[in-house]
Amino acid sequence: MSLRRLALVRLLVVLTLGTGLWYVGWRWMFSINWANWWIALPLVLAETYALTDGFLFGITMWRARRRPDPPAPAADATVDVLITTYNEPVEMVARTAAEAQRIRHPHTTWILDDGNRPEMQAAAEDLGVGYLRRSDDWSDRPRHAKAGNLNNTLFETDGEFLLVLDADQVPDPLILERTLGYFQDPEVALVQTPQWFTNVTDSDPLGSQAPLFYGPIQQGKDGWNAAFFCGSNAVLRREALMQLGIVGYVRSVREAVDDSLRASRRVIARARRRAADHGPVAVRALDDVAAAVPVAQRRLRSGEPLADITYDFRQVVHQGSRSIVEHDLEQIRSDLQELEGLSGEGTPPVSLDEELGLPVVDDDAMDRLAARDFSPLGALQSVTTLLRAVDVDRDEEAQPMMPLATISVTEDMATAMRLHGLGWRSVYHHEVLAHGLAPEDLRTMLQQRLRWAQGTMQVFLRENPLVQRGLSAGQRLMYLATMWSYLSGFAALVFIAAPVLYLCFGVLPVNAYGWEFVQRFVPYIVINQLLFLVVGYGVRTWRGHQYSLALFPLWIRACWTAAANVFLGRPLGFVVTPKTRQATEPGFPWRLVLPQLVASVLLVVACVIGVVRLWTGAADSITGTLVNIGWVAYDLVVISVIFEAARYRAPEPDKESVD
Amino acid sequence: MQITDSAHGEVTVLQCEGRLTMTTARPFREAIEARITGGTTRLVLDLSATEFIDSSGLGALIAGLKRARQAGGDLRIAGAGTQVLTVLNLTNLDRVLRPHDSVEEACDGW
Repeated sequence: MSLRRLALVRLLVVLTLGTGLWYVGWRWMFSINWANWWIALPLVLAETYALTDGFLFGITMWRARRRPDPPAPAADATVDVLITTYNEPVEMVARTAAEAQRIRHPHTTWILDDGNRPEMQAAAEDLGVGYLRRSDDWSDRPRHAKAGNLNNTLFETDGEFLLVLDADQVPDPLILERTLGYFQDPEVALVQTPQWFTNVTDSDPLGSQAPLFYGPIQQGKDGWNAAFFCGSNAVLRREALMQLGIVGYVRSVREAVDDSLRASRRVIARARRRAADHGPVAVRALDDVAAAVPVAQRRLRSGEPLADITYDFRQVVHQGSRSIVEHDLEQIRSDLQELEGLSGEGTPPVSLDEELGLPVVDDDAMDRLAARDFSPLGALQSVTTLLRAVDVDRDEEAQPMMPLATISVTEDMATAMRLHGLGWRSVYHHEVLAHGLAPEDLRTMLQQRLRWAQGTMQVFLRENPLVQRGLSAGQRLMYLATMWSYLSGFAALVFIAAPVLYLCFGVLPVNAYGWEFVQRFVPYIVINQLLFLVVGYGVRTWRGHQYSLALFPLWIRACWTAAANVFLGRPLGFVVTPKTRQATEPGFPWRLVLPQLVASVLLVVACVIGVVRLWTGAADSITGTLVNIGWVAYDLVVISVIFEAARYRAPEPDKESVD
Repeated sequence: MQITDSAHGEVTVLQCEGRLTMTTARPFREAIEARITGGTTRLVLDLSATEFIDSSGLGALIAGLKRARQAGGDLRIAGAGTQVLTVLNLTNLDRVLRPHDSVEEACDGW
């Protein structure tokens, strides 16, 4: 945005926050109706939430500038173009790949097929682009969806830079020439470009285009060196990702070893009680392992390298296993000798050493028998499982290094935050350089939004930006701003309930809806709307506003499912957003919009009751009724978008854009 | 990246000469894995002639360490120069892998 507009935006930010504080401060100190605290308190909290949201938005806008054009790219920069796919139609992926081949800077194009489809491989071969699927290491281990797909690829390709594209994102030939130059700055790890959708009508009832996000918001975040990675249409520096992978590897190994040593005392003690059944050798082996645990813990605390500690620890475990194997063989040997004495002739079942008459078990076989998979300690299942974790190989994962974060179903935001934490820089390049396809029906759109919200809340709960090391204050606020906005569902619920309660039952959450209320509230709300108008001038931002309230059931669901996932380990159920038209359900999808429908009916009924109550004298404040009816009208206009979306049928695509 | 094998008792020492970067990391990793699959599970990487290592190179070391451990052996590093030591330190990888001063020291205690 221009300097003059930025100055105006900053003025409006200051005014919004000033009037907002003046209003919300008054609300907290003088106007809460404690008699109805059960609605008064939620309402003032919701208003405080909204003001905080405005504050975070204001901070973001403070630095919303368009970057000057980047320098020319280094001619020798090597690039892998990575097209991720899971179940999208082969033709769609092939078309994206064919366009990717036309990108101007020298590069190698790869299709990363998580769907393992032979026909996809054939299409890749026809086009002459690379084809990758997961290595065998991934079978029976967590796959981590798209993050896993990219992590697998990082160890199969070797380009200095990686352009990541979703299967539907058809790249412009200039996409690399326009973005690679930013990497001349050796600290830049990421360049994100906008996502733009071609299958969206002008009125965009599903709110697919995000012009406020891929515009002022990302530009503002960029101003604080906090532009996000959004999963597609972005270029990443391999070195930065690999560094992330190594730092993450060291941290996970340390945590895993620490945790399993801690837990092992209890588990070994329990196994020890049962070990008597396995004989004194097993007891001694367990005692040795038990004694090795505090030693390992002490070395861990003193900062010795983990490979050394775990190696020595494994040796103790190995010796213990070996002593049990030796003991068992001894048993077999004496049994065999007895057998031989009994039969006197015939071939003994095990080859015996000619001179000594002992079974031949060489040292190598002994080692293998004692190795962890065959360990007799395996009889004590819990011990084996636990001891296996005292190592540096991250056996529980397909590969020891996971450069793209796997803590969230939105790996992109989590990865960007970790990159920023390590001191890397990011860039938002405001120019559409790829054209994609948005969901075309309400159900698919809701799945996609739910996943984004769940993923964001997972990051919020697992790696809260306020306490991560290495982030600047501005970066913390930028990440918080996005996460904060996903809490809007709870506020929306209050903003719907409060006017209904007042109009129907005369329940007052404030001391009075009098002149003082209007005087403080109106300037705040007017200036706030003015700010959005100036920021969003020339782009359509209204849809975004509507959805931040209208999707309140979905936002609430995202919050509690993410919390249940992070704290209780319940699965979220990862949904890949279909990129193709879904079979349209006949009729109006009532079930999808039921909560909004109930809310709308309640709001309308409340208006009628409010007017009747005023008429009959049951309500005594004209201002109060008018304020609340205005409020209800606003709620209804906002919520109405969801019904428009439910009725929406995507236009038939032009033949040309498909072929 | 040039790899030269030499036996050192029961341990195999791999002299790694050149640059271990994103372009050489994959063949390097495969070379190590081939040795482990072939039964050589106790490896010391002599990095004294390794001029430069990047994070992808470190990734190859981790991959080798994993394979060696899973085969019941170990992978150790020795003789790293200033650049390698700096990178190990910056990424905290020295908290997992001890950079031994010399091949002899790395072979100790096996």
